[in-house]
This record gives sequence, C-alpha cells and structure tokens, in this order.
Amino acid sequence: MNNNVIYGINGPVVTVKNTDCFEMMEMVHVGKQNLVGEVIGITDRQTTIQVYEETTGLKPGDPVSGTGAPMNVLLGPGIIDNIFDGIERPLKAIEEKSGAFISRGAAVTSLDTEKLWNVTMTVKPGDKVEGGQIYATLPETPIIEHRLMVPPELSGVVKEVKPNGEYRLFDTVAVIEDSLGETHELKLCQQWPIRTSRPVKQRLTPSIPLITGQRIMDTLFPIAKGGTAAIPGGFGTGKTMNQHQLAKWCDADIIVYVGCGERGNEMSQVLDEFSELIDPKSNRPMTDRTVLIANTSNMPVAAREASIYTGITLAEYYRDMGYHVAMMADSTSRWAEALREISGRLEEMPAEEGFPAYLPSRLAEFYERGGRADVLSGGEGSVTLIGAVSPQGSDFSEPVTQNTKRFTRVFWALDKALAYARHYPAINWMESYSEYFNDLDPWFKENLGEDFVEYRNRISALLQEENSLMEIVKLIGSDVLPDDQKLVIETARAIRVGFLQQNAFHAEDTYVPLEKQKLMMKVILHLHEKAKEVVAREIPISKIIKLGLFDKLTKMKYDIPNSRLDMFDGYISEIDEKLGELLK
Amino acid sequence: MIIDYVGVKEINGSLIVMDGVKGVSNEEIVDIKLENGTVRQGRVVQIEGERIVVQVFEGTRRISLKNTRTRLTGHPMEMPLSPEIIGRVLDGAGRPIDGLGDIFPVKKENINGTPINPVSRVYPKNYINTGISSIDTLMTLIRGQKLPIFSGSGMTHNDLAVQIVRQAKISGADSTNFGVVFAAMGVQKDVAEYFRKSFEESGVLSRVVMLLNLSNDPIIERTLTPRCALTIAEYLAFELDMHILVIMTDMTSYAEALREFSSSKGEIPGRKGYPGYLYSDLASLYERAGMIKGHPGSVTQIPILTMPNDDITHPIPDLTGYITEGQIVLDRTLQGQGFYPPVSVLPSLSRLMKDGIGEGYTRADHQALANQLFASYAKVIDARALASVIGEEELSPIDKKYIEFGKLFESRFVNQGFTENRSIEQSLDLGWELLSTLPRAELDRVDDAVLDIYYKG
Repeated sequence: MNNNVIYGINGPVVTVKNTDCFEMMEMVHVGKQNLVGEVIGITDRQTTIQVYEETTGLKPGDPVSGTGAPMNVLLGPGIIDNIFDGIERPLKAIEEKSGAFISRGAAVTSLDTEKLWNVTMTVKPGDKVEGGQIYATLPETPIIEHRLMVPPELSGVVKEVKPNGEYRLFDTVAVIEDSLGETHELKLCQQWPIRTSRPVKQRLTPSIPLITGQRIMDTLFPIAKGGTAAIPGGFGTGKTMNQHQLAKWCDADIIVYVGCGERGNEMSQVLDEFSELIDPKSNRPMTDRTVLIANTSNMPVAAREASIYTGITLAEYYRDMGYHVAMMADSTSRWAEALREISGRLEEMPAEEGFPAYLPSRLAEFYERGGRADVLSGGEGSVTLIGAVSPQGSDFSEPVTQNTKRFTRVFWALDKALAYARHYPAINWMESYSEYFNDLDPWFKENLGEDFVEYRNRISALLQEENSLMEIVKLIGSDVLPDDQKLVIETARAIRVGFLQQNAFHAEDTYVPLEKQKLMMKVILHLHEKAKEVVAREIPISKIIKLGLFDKLTKMKYDIPNSRLDMFDGYISEIDEKLGELLK
Repeated sequence: MIIDYVGVKEINGSLIVMDGVKGVSNEEIVDIKLENGTVRQGRVVQIEGERIVVQVFEGTRRISLKNTRTRLTGHPMEMPLSPEIIGRVLDGAGRPIDGLGDIFPVKKENINGTPINPVSRVYPKNYINTGISSIDTLMTLIRGQKLPIFSGSGMTHNDLAVQIVRQAKISGADSTNFGVVFAAMGVQKDVAEYFRKSFEESGVLSRVVMLLNLSNDPIIERTLTPRCALTIAEYLAFELDMHILVIMTDMTSYAEALREFSSSKGEIPGRKGYPGYLYSDLASLYERAGMIKGHPGSVTQIPILTMPNDDITHPIPDLTGYITEGQIVLDRTLQGQGFYPPVSVLPSLSRLMKDGIGEGYTRADHQALANQLFASYAKVIDARALASVIGEEELSPIDKKYIEFGKLFESRFVNQGFTENRSIEQSLDLGWELLSTLPRAELDRVDDAVLDIYYKG
C-alpha cells in the first residue's frame, strides 16, 4: 500500500495524486526524512497534506506514508516541567540530538521512556472500571500527583494488576477485559487526538474565581476557574508580561503556557524565570507545575496552528485528574494567521482581511474546551483559558479580536496610552469587562464579606465619574471644577496610581492577596468619604491635598507589606485625625 | 547526467513556469542561461508534478519562451562562508562585487537557516552602551536583541545607526571581537556610500561585511539579501565567536519586494496587498538574533524601516513591532525643531532592558529613573494638549512646570551631538537633574529611599 508519492509542493502544503488510502486529519510522514504532516483535504483526484516542518528539498516522487491515526499527543507522566514544540516534541531531547538549531525530521518520543516512575495501583483484579477512572497514581513532581486514568472510551473488569513499584512509560501495569471479552493493556500513558475534546461527566457553572494577585484583574474584572479571557493589545502594551504574571501567581494547580508564534528570547526568559521562582504555596520552583509549549514565530507555521490544540489537550488531561488548570496562549492572533496562511495556500475563498470564513467557528471550538466540570475520575477540575490577542495596528475592530470577544467572557483590553505612560498593567478600565460578576459575587461575599463587592462597585463608579469629568478637564482645565468634583478627580488618581497600577518587579507588589486588595480599597474610599464631609463644609480642597494623605495612599502598596495588614488601621486613624483637625 | 531544459512555458513578472522537469526539489536553485550567454539564477517556489514555478532573481527581462537553457543545481540557495568574508563587499545575493575574487568557502550554509531551539537560547542580559542618553537610559540595547529603528523618509536614522556602531564598539572587553554585517536593501548608492565612509572613519571597516542591493538592483534579489546577511552573521557569531551587529536597511523595501513576488505568484493578499505570511516571513529574519548556550558570540539586529507616511500602524512597522524586542521610534516634529537624535520617547521601548540594567549592570536607580521619566514625560504631552486648547497662560502652576520640564527634557536629554558619547552615569545623572525641576510629590514612581539620594529639587 505504500506507493503514495508526492505530486505537488507549495510552501508547507503537499499534494498526493490518485489515492484513496488516507483519512481526513490523519497524521502522515512525508519524504525521506519522515517529516510530520496532517491530511487536510481529500478529493478523488488528490489528497492535500500540511507539513509541520520546512519543505525545502522535498521532491515529487518522495514517499508519503500514513500512520492510520489522527494527529495525536502522548499523555503520561513527564509532561510537567517539560518544554515541547507545537506537536509535542520535547525540545530538550531535540537539543541533545541536533544541537542548538532544530533539524528536520527529528524523531524523538514525546516523553521519557526510560525513566522509572514509582507507581501505586489503586485497583485490584475483579474490580469493574469505567472510562476515566483512576487505576494508578505516581508522583510526577513533588507537588503534582499524576493519576493514570482508563481511556474514556474503555470500560470493563480488571483482569490483572502488577504490584506497586517502579515502571517505565510503556510498561503494562494492568489488564482489563471489556464486555465483548477483549483484553486491553493499560500502560503509564495513552494517546489522544488533539482536535477532539476529552469528555467530562457534567459541566458546572464557573463559580470560583481564579485568584491572580493582580488587583485590577481580581477586583474589577475577575475571571472564574474554568472561565475564558482575552487580553488584546498592540505591541508593547504588555500582553506577554501580563500572561507571565498570571502564569506565575494565579492559584491554578497546573499551568500550560503556549508560546504560539512569539519570540524565542521570551521563551528562554520564561524558562529562566520559572526555574528560579519559588511558588509561595508549595515552596517549590514554578516549573514543578508548569508545562511549556514553544512554537516560536520562526518555527514552521503549520505546527504553530497545532500548538494551541496540543496545549489544550494536555490541559484537559490534567483537568480529568481533578486539577484546576490554567492555559495561557500567547498569542491567538499568530494562530489565526497560521490558519490564514494555510488557507491561502489551499486557495480557499477568503473572508474578512484574508482570514478564512471558518475562523469564528475554530475560535469558538477552542474556547468551548475551557470550563469547570465534574470529571470522569470523580471530583472536579477546570480549564481556564486566557488568550492574548495581537490586533493589527492596535485596531480592536479586526476579525480576530472581534470574534474572540464573542467567545470569551472576560476582556482585559490593553491600552497604548497607558503603556506609553508606563502605567502597568495597562488594562483600560473603561473598555474592559467581566461577565462573571453574577457567578462570582456569592463567593466573594462568602469569603471576603459583603463589603468587598460594595467597595468594588464604588471604586468602579468613581472611575466612571472621573472619566466623564476628564472630558471637561481636557477642554477647559481642572481649575474651574467645583471642589467636590475636584475631589473625585483626586480620589480617582489615588485609585489609578495607588491601586490599579501594580509593579510586577516589586517584591511586595507583584502579588497582592485579596484581603489586602480589599483593605486598600477600604482606605481609599474612607479618605474619599471623609474628605467629602470636609469639602461639604466649604473648606477648600487644596487644604486637604496639602495634608499629603492622597500621596501617602498612592504609596501604600509599597509601604504596607503583605504580611502586615494590621497597618491599615493606622492609616484609617491618621485620616480621621488629620481631617478631624480641619473640621475644627 | 545533467539535463538542460530548453525554453519555458509561461512568464509572469519575475516568475517563469516550466514543464516536463524531472527530479526537482522544493526551493532548489536553477541556473538559467540566456542566448546571449548571461546566466541568471532562480529558485523553485512551487511544484506540481512535472510543472514547476521558478522565481528569477535578476528578473525576467529579455527571457522569451524559447531562448533559455535551464539547469538544476541540485541544492537550495547556499552561502559560501569563510573567515575571509570579513571586510568584503557583496551584492544582494551574496556574490563578491569588490573585485577581490570569489570567496573560497570553508563551508556552505542554506541561507534560510534553521530555527534556534528555544531551550538552547541564552536569555540576553548584557547591555550595550551606545553613549546616547535616550537609548541607554530609556530603551537600553541588549546584546542579542533585535531593536528596530522606526523612521520616515528624510529623517536621521542613518546617522543614528552609524553613531550606535561607532560608539558601541568602544565599550566592552571583547571589542576586538566586534563585527558588523551591513545589509542594504533598495537604498540609494550614496546612502550605502555614507555607511561605508562612516565605517571607515570609525575604523571598523575592516570588520564589516557589506551586502548591497541598491535601489536599481533586481528587486527579487532583495528578498535574499537579509537572509545572506544573517547566514554570514550566524556563522561569524556562533562559529567564530564574534559579537555581530547586523544593520538591515531598509526593511520597507524588503517587504515591498516580497509583496511584488507574492502578487505575481497570484497569492491571496492580506492587509494593503502584503502577503498573508508577511509576519512569518519577517519573523524568520528577526528571530535569527540572539545568543546560544555554549557559544560566546551573539547576533544583535538593528533593522531600519521607513514607515510609509509616518504611520506606525502600517503593516510593516506593526508586524515588526510584534516580533522585535521593542523599537526606537523617530519623530519628525523633534527633527523639525533641530533635535538629534529625534527619538520619540513614549512609543519607544526595549523589552529586554529590565533584566540588563540596575545593580551590577548599570546602576541601581536606573529602572526607577526610567519609569519616572516616561511617566513625567507622558504628563508633559497631556499638559501640551491642554495648553493647545486653553493657552499656556491659563495652565495650572503644576502643568506649567511640566511644560518647562518637557522643554528641558527634549533639548538637553534627548538632544545630543552626533559625536557626543555620554557615559551611562552622565545620562542617569542628567535624568535626575531634570526630574529635580519638578516638585518631589510628583515623582510617584520612585521609592522614597531612592529619591532621598538623587532628588535635588
């Protein structure tokens, strides 16, 4: 059957004539170097294949062979603390094989097949097992227990179980017999097609927030565990920086970070930083809970298209074990461009700006794979999806941003003007939104008290008010405003500089617990209320400003350590005291 | 057996289509011999059975359907490399044009290169002291970085590039290992000559490789020029352990050449007619900057591009900005006021700067100072906007202070002489001196402890 040969080549797209032995989306090997490719179109006359590596040097007449299975990833222990390319090839192993530059057709197994894992069996012969059920566990990293699950489509009775002990990836540790009497060997790993989502028992509403320690994200625009968010922004607005901050500090169990068509130096920075950073909760390096997928912008474009799916499949696998997983994709625009590039090579009819007409449905498919769910192994897991979007010319009306907006529920819009003024995170509070308030407010009320939500609403209202006042100020200057409006501007400034702006490089400020966020809001609002009383007595606002209270509040993020929340009481009494004197 | 294929089937722009070709491989180079004896080179860009599409670098002028004999060379476009290449002048496709004879190759490399494995990269941290206050303080250049200059026609980007080369080479212990690869794409003869002369004057000419594709040279060849340049740079950096600065000017001409090629191939255009893969294509150039584990050398890139109509949202600067690690933006208004270098501070940025400055690199207060200068200068712009509506007289006292600070900042900090080489301490101190003209309470990006040392208001 292996007489299929290349007929045509156009960039990463290869065609094969007159064959009927390929399936749609089947993984194939192309050429003498066995380049990896995928079938993306079939007619009775020719089969179209996209190749995940450079096609330089391929010749018509070179062999093409099918693998009989769709594009798969290998799921098993060894995923965490690893770095893969877009089709789950481990970059460290490739480096050992081919040096600093990636050569083509590098055949390496995705996961380490020689390493011994200390397996504890959780089933015994005679047990009935269902798809997704856990049959063994092993410590993958000091903080992550890897739970081996029966493949979802399989169920039956356990026939044989190996004793607890050390096994390699492809060792059989259990045998089960299904209802038809066929036996299946269970190893430490399984395969899963990347374009198919893994099943769950039942979807749940996302009602627990993903706590990020970033004030503007947690308070004003919170995201739920299992939620979806978009971070759009032009270049230099800090998309990647925000993604890094989230990956470092958010309270998910596992982070899947996909560098999709981005800079190589950024990935080496992530590698450097994450191995040095210690997770405050577990006292272990961040890499113990992180998987990196790096398909930088100069790596083959078809693999870039696949990298998003590889990432989400790994994320779903850990979700199925009952973990909360957060996946960052930086950036989905590069993925969409990969779609466009391949679509162009296929000479498909383009829709908006040359993007294929199926762009919205692909985006929807991707974001639908996020969510919180009861998983098949019992318990609960979630996949939170945070996608960066790089709109061309910072124009949010372009197709990728617009379509992403339709399928995500949090929108953290980055603003060039804020970034120019080095106000980071440069999230524009007027344009951004979160649709999770209704789902999350009960949690906030229960865990932080009723007032947390109230403070947030008041902060929001003040910023809104400032925004409309600024329209006037821009025209006539702030001097003509009445004092109560000047006070709004002054308080809003304290909110912007003291609260919304957060310094990722400052030891105390890079991560701020929710409790401190709440107290910061409380102090700012307290000053506002008290000052309002003073202004109402027709005491000029300049007198209040002279007291230096507003300046003090803009620096409290640095002055009050995260461990000394009692210091806020001192601030409140100082405000009362100083303003009390003015009133005398 | 070597076969000559006689004639072509179709000619379209820079592309020729041939039929009945056997054993051709993708991206292979072909030699096309015309009847008058001249030989042109082309590259196979598409294959469909025995029908192939070839891109002719020198253009298709004078080619007819039957006056050519084409021969397959059996290999993709390769660049001959040897240590002797340093100091040579080459054409846009990497062939010597200085009359000193062919380069005797130690090795040959595919000009497309191969991607650097992200795990093999070393995160760049060593800063390059350019001696230019605005760049050193606010958008520090790091060894192994790609930092483009976004400019416009008629601005002083060439002077700036020359000044960076001249002043950057002096610092650092391994200045003898310093080299420049200069790739000119579609620039005028006198611009290329200006660079050559400037290199000569600053004494680096013997360590410069020049690739010249001037504005009257074949346009398609232009798509090869940066690839040849970077192949040379990678060879010098990662095999001969040199620190290489690659200057590529003008990327806009390059992108236009790419557009021309794409449209003659009948591809579906993206924004402004540029091909949909412009991002990937530019990335395949820019990403060849960096440092690699186990090699002391580095490739630093300064691509120069002229923004059409000074529009930073034009696809070329836009996509470039998404790939490169920051940008230096030049501003026509500043230039009009006679300031050099006319660096527009706010949209300029260096992404790698934060890890290459501060204690142990430059000075502990560097980051804080830079943040404050950016923030304060942003307020200057706000105050100016307000002044243009209500008049400067009506501004509040604090806004007036900002206007004053803005003037000083532009005329003393940004503005400096073409030959003036300021040390990093001088630049930082000047920054603090200017900030000290503002009330201390306005400096809200700096810790009090730092202010205590440097604020002199």
